[in-house]
Amino acid sequence: MIEVHNLTKHYGKKVALGGISFSVASGEVVGLLGLNGAGKSTTMNILTGYISATSGEVSIDSHDIMKESREAKRVVGYLPEQLAFYNDMRVMEYLNFIYELKGLSRNKAKRKEHLDAICEQVGLSDKKGRLINNLSKGYRQRVGFAQALIGHPKVLILDEPTVGVDPSQVIEIRQLIKTIGESTTIIISSHILSEIQTICDRVIIIDEGRVIANDTLENLSSTIHPNHKLIVRVQGEITQIKAALASVESIINITEIPERETGTCDVCIEGKTGCDIRADVFYACAKADLPLLHTYGHEFSLEDVFLHLVGDNQEDKNIIKTEVIQK
Amino acid sequence: MKAILKRELRAYFQSPLGYVVIAAMFFFTNYYFFTYNLYNNTTNFSSLYSLLFSVVMFLVPVLTMRLMSEDKRSKVDQTLLTSPIMRIEIVLGKYLAALFVYLIAISGTLIDAFIVTYFARPDWPVIIGNFIGLFMLGATLIAICMFLSSLTESQVIAAISGFAVSLFLILIDALSYVVSNPFLQKFFSYVSFNDRYVPFTYGIIDLSNTLFFVSFTALFLCFTTVVLERSRWC
Repeated sequence: MIEVHNLTKHYGKKVALGGISFSVASGEVVGLLGLNGAGKSTTMNILTGYISATSGEVSIDSHDIMKESREAKRVVGYLPEQLAFYNDMRVMEYLNFIYELKGLSRNKAKRKEHLDAICEQVGLSDKKGRLINNLSKGYRQRVGFAQALIGHPKVLILDEPTVGVDPSQVIEIRQLIKTIGESTTIIISSHILSEIQTICDRVIIIDEGRVIANDTLENLSSTIHPNHKLIVRVQGEITQIKAALASVESIINITEIPERETGTCDVCIEGKTGCDIRADVFYACAKADLPLLHTYGHEFSLEDVFLHLVGDNQEDKNIIKTEVIQK
Repeated sequence: MKAILKRELRAYFQSPLGYVVIAAMFFFTNYYFFTYNLYNNTTNFSSLYSLLFSVVMFLVPVLTMRLMSEDKRSKVDQTLLTSPIMRIEIVLGKYLAALFVYLIAISGTLIDAFIVTYFARPDWPVIIGNFIGLFMLGATLIAICMFLSSLTESQVIAAISGFAVSLFLILIDALSYVVSNPFLQKFFSYVSFNDRYVPFTYGIIDLSNTLFFVSFTALFLCFTTVVLERSRWC
């Protein structure tokens, strides 16, 4: 559905995008992650045809965004980060304006039906006659969503869709994105990693204009830390547990986690690369007469993955900087 | 384009701007109509139209100051530029809306001509020539001021630069008499809006003068489109 090939964007001498490539299949929900200034919004602005790339190709639904911009834009619904409306317009007036702008059917009954359905979907049915200027941030965000959904676009590009929205509305908006995502291709950029984790099938991490990761969260988690980690709750003292596990050769590190249950200890046990330490831990505890109450594997959150990848990149950059200074 | 045109027309009449411009134009039209036609008992409308030249020069920048700059300031341009419409359609939609308001504003001159027709026999071909001239002058000036509005995010700067250009176009006549360089003299005389407008006030619809205004209008509409296109590459 979306093909991005070797995309570069230069603002004067500053390189905002240094040749990124990725593709998004039809019906996929992809999260775009990156630090401030990483190039997320630039990528989205190029995808929507708002700005042009310095070089590279973008095709949406097999239409080149530069050569067939009208056709490409016709299949895209866009919710920009900074919502901007004609504040003197009422909600329905504005949606009618966008409907006409998108060049959709002139049939008034069809138009009304379509816009009513969208208002219902985003929870704007009781605000249709209100001036946009008088709406709260949450409702303005819904108007933004509504305008992006007009014309049933095949692709939705959402730039920070929950910024400034109160927590109860955030949950509603996430649910809305999930529902829409069942039938639409979505690219979503957000600083809230848990949001991406909840909504997206795949994550693309951009740093300094380069794609540094492009995979499902599960795959990214497994690649960043191949060591087997277990978190266990054992009835006993930490010294006893450490002594019992000291004889297990495949264990390389034991870290105590704050106690959650009186008389027990929670510890994070790290095994050697590729070693499954579950059985060894069980037998060692059993041998030392230490009841094993809980055992669960340590899963990496998106925060771990993101910080690990961006952090790695930062270390590389620091090394490069040091080398340059030494020269 | 139709959506933009409708939106801009609504904006003109939902805010006081459209009414103020029309009211100001009607005021000056009827003031000059009273002092030159009714007071002097004449059916000659040429003086009225000649005087409206300066009024138009100062009202058009007010009419166009928000056309492009406001969208840029409020970032609504992002919605327009990511919609499946061409940039020229955005420019034409906005231009035609301003032109429509301007047409209403100068229609007061025709109402006065109809009033005179009730009592006497005015020279209608001359009046129509004058009206076309005033329309073309405004159409060109709207294109120029809209271009200026596209260069800034500030309505005030757009208006002031519009006034400055209008003043320059008024003073350009005098410049052709002041400079001694024959080339500059010819140039100033060629680009003088007043020299191009005056033949219309005699009822003469000259092809070269008509083409002058039409080509200037097209040129500045293209410039505005280029400014919008350029924003994509910045």
